[in-house]
Amino acid sequence: MAMDWMVFCKDTLSGDVVAGCFGKGRDITYLDWLFSAWGWTVSVSLTALVVALVVGSIIGVIRTLPNSPWLTRFGNGWVELFRNIPLLVQIFLWYFVLPALVPPMKNFPPFILVVLALGLFTSARIAEQVRAGILALPKGQRYAGMAVGFTTVQYYRYVLLPMAYRIIIPPLTSESMNIFKNSAVAFAVSIPELTQYALQVGEETARPIEVYLAVTVLYAISALVINRIFAWIEKRARVPGFVAAGTGAGGH
Amino acid sequence: MLNLDFSILNWSLIQNFILKGLWFSILLTAVATAGGIFFGTLLALMRLSGQKWLDAPAALYVNVMRSVPLVMVILWFFLLVPLLIGRPIGAEYSAVVTFIAFEAAYFSEIMRAGIQSIPRGQVFAGQAVGMTYGQNMRLVILPQAFRNMLPVLLTQTIILFQDTSLVYAIGAYDLLKGFETAGKNFGRPIETYLMATVTYFVISYSLSSVVKSINRKIAIIR
Repeated sequence: MAMDWMVFCKDTLSGDVVAGCFGKGRDITYLDWLFSAWGWTVSVSLTALVVALVVGSIIGVIRTLPNSPWLTRFGNGWVELFRNIPLLVQIFLWYFVLPALVPPMKNFPPFILVVLALGLFTSARIAEQVRAGILALPKGQRYAGMAVGFTTVQYYRYVLLPMAYRIIIPPLTSESMNIFKNSAVAFAVSIPELTQYALQVGEETARPIEVYLAVTVLYAISALVINRIFAWIEKRARVPGFVAAGTGAGGH
Repeated sequence: MLNLDFSILNWSLIQNFILKGLWFSILLTAVATAGGIFFGTLLALMRLSGQKWLDAPAALYVNVMRSVPLVMVILWFFLLVPLLIGRPIGAEYSAVVTFIAFEAAYFSEIMRAGIQSIPRGQVFAGQAVGMTYGQNMRLVILPQAFRNMLPVLLTQTIILFQDTSLVYAIGAYDLLKGFETAGKNFGRPIETYLMATVTYFVISYSLSSVVKSINRKIAIIR
């Protein structure tokens, strides 16, 4: 099976090989398209990661609040709901079902709907980690915060969360790598990201092996970059003498 | 605006569209769990063998599988398996092969953690009573590792069950596809997507409740 890498230098309309591999003006090559697809994967993933971190932190925190059984129940319900429905089904829910039930959502661009689906799906997992991180701290930390007269918000902000986030950097790292992998599911609603590119261009050029290889390598690079960024954060945020606990295997 | 019509949900719809898909999703989950744990344990043993020529290829395999989205792995296998065996293969067979190969990588990490959780003394004790490597693994180490990791293995199986919906990418007829086909046939896609959501939720939630109660049982025994 001979590889033909020139396929990426071809113009997407005429199929002629373009010198320099990048198209000029309004003509694009498959290489231009590949990078645009990577851009979609990266922007969907990063935006969803922000949504997941914000919502996941809020849900994770309210599950550990003292004396608020209803908030805790809401948090637990949230996690069960988003964890027990497959991501692909959730994407269909956001893309087809919710706009039909809530008319104003019909005007939402697909990008937003996919980001919400992927972000909230991941928020349940991050909420679990945030909760585990807070519970991993000795109870005395909470009491110490109370004893010096902090309000609940203050002792979460200044005492519990700074240490809890440090503990959960390793699982947050793998969840952030997961979000890049999970963004592949967006192909099902025709977001022009890498997997959609693989399907469409693989067929169009009849060179699926080269196309899949390029896409696979870009996914691996994205995951590696995220991994390095978190490793850097972990190193910068390290508190001398404080050893963070490891976590179990599994998950996707 | 809420004009949902669930009257299409009756036994004939379930019989004609859903059962076939549900059966495939369950079968795929069961076969991939069994195959994944079998090959995953082999991979874990290779990685813990201390032999570079066994460890390195196993580590490479596991790391590659874990860094690629499952959808891409499904597409890769659907493309490559027919090329390798020289004849076309159905989406369903391709899905089974893919999930065994993919899950083996994840299960191997779980089994590796499980084997490493067994104190070294157990290995030495096995050797001291004259067991071979195979006997030691089969009779002493793996049963304990398996038991220690049972909750994680089961949780992975629930994730696996949810992931089977991704065979959508190659058009295999699974639970989700069953609901989708029914929705198209009756012109009621919104309702059938909602039914699919409820079905997946009920199955996954019940399974995770089972895992929770097993967790509690194991905790008491320890």
